[in-house]
Amino acid sequence: MGTRTPPPFERFLSEHGATVMRFLVVAVGSAHADDVYQETFLSALRAYPKVRDDGRLDRWILRIASRTAIDHHRRVAKGPTPTPMPPDRAVHDPEPLDDGLRDAVAALPAKQRIAVVLRHVMDRPYDEIAEVLGSTEVAARANVSAGLKSLRERVG
Amino acid sequence: MSNELHTISIEEAQARAERADTALREAAEAAGLVDVGIGTMPSPVGELYLAVTRKGLACIAFEEQDRDGLERRFAQELSPRVVASARATDAVRRQLDEYFGGARHAFELDLDRRLMSPFVEKVLGATAAVPFGEVSSYGAVASRIRRPNAARAVGAALGTNPIPIVVPCHRIVGANGKLTGYAGGLDRKEFLLHLEGDPTLFATS
Repeated sequence: MGTRTPPPFERFLSEHGATVMRFLVVAVGSAHADDVYQETFLSALRAYPKVRDDGRLDRWILRIASRTAIDHHRRVAKGPTPTPMPPDRAVHDPEPLDDGLRDAVAALPAKQRIAVVLRHVMDRPYDEIAEVLGSTEVAARANVSAGLKSLRERVG
Repeated sequence: MSNELHTISIEEAQARAERADTALREAAEAAGLVDVGIGTMPSPVGELYLAVTRKGLACIAFEEQDRDGLERRFAQELSPRVVASARATDAVRRQLDEYFGGARHAFELDLDRRLMSPFVEKVLGATAAVPFGEVSSYGAVASRIRRPNAARAVGAALGTNPIPIVVPCHRIVGANGKLTGYAGGLDRKEFLLHLEGDPTLFATS
């Protein structure tokens, strides 16, 4: 089985849109999920003619979504620091506060947050989480367990 | 822990993703990332499916045609950036509406001929020369492309016309004036010729 042209983008979108949205609602919070969703699929569309369909486009789009989510967290976290990017208009919008857990997830460092969500919401294997984070599998496991540990401490 | 983190269900995520897709498609269009814009429109011959590229109109399909198959073909032969786009298909929809309303006899649209083989492109080029309100025969088209014995091949080529109605393969009829075949069905061929004033072969050639 060789690699080949990806499916028509509309089909790709209907296959993976819900998964990406479900990931982002937890990974960046409900208030930012739509923006990061759009950014994710625009990045995918930009790269789309060159991507080869190796049967694992689900991994590919989740990788893009994770990187876009991490970039989003860095922009938000460094709010007061001047950046060449225009300020994220959503930064000052209050997130709907559902429960202590969501606050605790939101307070995690970006990589830990993404790692925890990939592992415990998306059920992704550690090798894939490592690939997404650009780290080793050992580091990915460490990110997940450190994230879980501070969630337990905060939520109690 | 894992259950507590499941904050929205797959169904909710699906509905929310579909809402977000509308804005995404507009942003994709604005960013120039739509290579094949697709859309549909109602018409007297059933819902029409349209595909338009930067070069022009590439495909019109009747409602019973396999759209998934067509889109896979676009992905292979045109570009995989196949995105629903009202804007890309707008001019085509307008001109088709005018045609079906009797207000338009000739289409002014750029065509993308990449879905035609060289022979099919030649046959359809000769077909496009048959004006509204007239018909021609398979043999006449064969002669026009200097393949006088290729009437049957002409018929087969017309059957693969990726842009029916606009490239008027319905205007090609048998030498006896009979409608013979049409990829979209003889009812549609009859309807289109009726719309164009029931031209007969004998009145024009």
